[in-house]
Amino acid sequence: MTAAVGKALRNVWAETLIELAAEDPRVVVLDGDLANSTKADLFEQAHPERFFQMGIAEQNMLGAAAGMAAVGMIPWISTFAAFAVSRALDPIRVLIAQPGLNVNVTGAYSGLLAGKTGKTHLSFDDLAVMRALGKMTVVAPGDETETRQAVRALTFDEGPSYLRLTREGSPVIFDDAYRFRIGRAVTVREGGDVTLISTGVQTARVLEAAGTLEGAGIDCLVLHVPTIKPFDTDAVAEAAARTGRVITVEEHSIVAGLGGAVAETLGALHPTRIDRIGLPDGFGESGPDDALLDKYGLSPQRVADAIEGLLQRG
Amino acid sequence: MTDTSAETPIAELEEMGRQIRVLVLEAVAHAGAGHIGGPLSAADILAALYFRVLRIRPDEPDWEDRDRFVLSKGHCAIGLYAAMARRGFFPIEELKTFDAIDSRLQGHPDMSVLPGLDMSSGSLGLGFSAALGMAMGARAMGRSYTTFALLGDGECNEGIVWEGAHVARRFGLDNLVAIIDHNRLQQFGWRGATPAERTSPYEAGELASRWAAFGWQVEEIDGHDMKAVVDALEDARDASGPVAVVALTTKGRGVSFMEGSYPWHSQVPDPVELRQALEELGMPDGILGRSGR
Repeated sequence: MTAAVGKALRNVWAETLIELAAEDPRVVVLDGDLANSTKADLFEQAHPERFFQMGIAEQNMLGAAAGMAAVGMIPWISTFAAFAVSRALDPIRVLIAQPGLNVNVTGAYSGLLAGKTGKTHLSFDDLAVMRALGKMTVVAPGDETETRQAVRALTFDEGPSYLRLTREGSPVIFDDAYRFRIGRAVTVREGGDVTLISTGVQTARVLEAAGTLEGAGIDCLVLHVPTIKPFDTDAVAEAAARTGRVITVEEHSIVAGLGGAVAETLGALHPTRIDRIGLPDGFGESGPDDALLDKYGLSPQRVADAIEGLLQRG
Repeated sequence: MTDTSAETPIAELEEMGRQIRVLVLEAVAHAGAGHIGGPLSAADILAALYFRVLRIRPDEPDWEDRDRFVLSKGHCAIGLYAAMARRGFFPIEELKTFDAIDSRLQGHPDMSVLPGLDMSSGSLGLGFSAALGMAMGARAMGRSYTTFALLGDGECNEGIVWEGAHVARRFGLDNLVAIIDHNRLQQFGWRGATPAERTSPYEAGELASRWAAFGWQVEEIDGHDMKAVVDALEDARDASGPVAVVALTTKGRGVSFMEGSYPWHSQVPDPVELRQALEELGMPDGILGRSGR
């Protein structure tokens, strides 16, 4: 089964910001010298007076964004997930999250696939860190349609946000009828044997895996959770209740990300056996995308194999 | 209420500096916690800002075109609170809640609870970046206000300060003023001739040359000469690019046994020390004390 191919999320991100800036003079983009990677260069071409090149200095970029938000602007940040979340965590914490300012931090190039860059540029602790930070809204959209709507929603949602994007992966999950809402999970496949919970572009790989598993007689419910915080606890508990078995799958560490949020939720609301598929405790490496997904168990086939194995073991 | 205090005479500003010092000492003694050395070195600068230079409206703290002020050296919060209270942003009595549970006067400035506070701060260096963003925002939105940030000299150890200084010059921001309270001590600092002697974070002239090297206009002044402080800040407002005012000050200024003494960075005076300090400042009964400390 070959999934349909849509637009890269980073292109959709830039296109949506170009539209928003035309509608609202408060929308600006601050770049940490990566615009031709994140596609913020498209925004600079469209709105040069609303694009601010802050140089290779992420802490100051986040601090300046907070100042701009404090005087009424709506800044979006353009840098890689690793540099926003790790390098600039302190200004995000003190100047953005604590005062609750509407700065929207984009973590482009999140996860395992960052263009053969290696562990310094990979980011699989970003969901864990951002969701532990008070007041942050954390969103990892799954496809083009959802990215477009999420960028718009976060722009006008008061308060700070982290938007997790990826360099690679341009799946199509949703049609134009889909309506993204902050904090709302969505069932993207019905099933009765097991609930698979995923987020971001990994959901498309999980859907492909679910198709494979159908051939093996395993009927998977797939719950897509684009908003990691606030977490849709009701939807997760309801899905767990329907199948009685939950497996989380994420292009993120198995520590404290989506799997952690699901475990926290179900531990209180609906104690259920939970297995977590994701990146092991570690840092990753450089390599071709397909080889990385395969080695680290996130390709559709590896996910399907892992799920089948887990269910067989009982 | 007028939105500027431009007519406040120098002698009255000096008196405000004295009252800020008295309020700082009383509030810290009352709270049993807080910083003293830095607020005392910055008191004259805060008096000049809040009673003369800043275009602000205490009865309309959210006025969109107000000048912005960021206390980047956030640990001097009580100095800022004293200035704001004395200027009429909130009752002076409220200074007794400094550092108390549920207080709007948090140990470090929290904009989410105190109207009139333009930015939260406390993790050093960050406030300056936020001030930079406020100046960028003013230009982007066509607003004419000026943003002032007060930094410590020790704070200039932080790399983010120089990240911000670089882009402020590149953007040619003529609406951003950095004031460096160069009191020549930091919390602990580098050892001098003996363990009790600590060296200045920067040598004489070093800070001025650094800011100049980053393309800023620099003026070095005596930070306790009120006329020099006022003139430098008013000139900075009219400058054609970002201005750094390096204010040479004394940590613990105004109290003999606190001046130049690094432990008074955050030491709390006992009743005898408080009494002596208030006497040296010429207000033995204090200000808060009159309403029943």
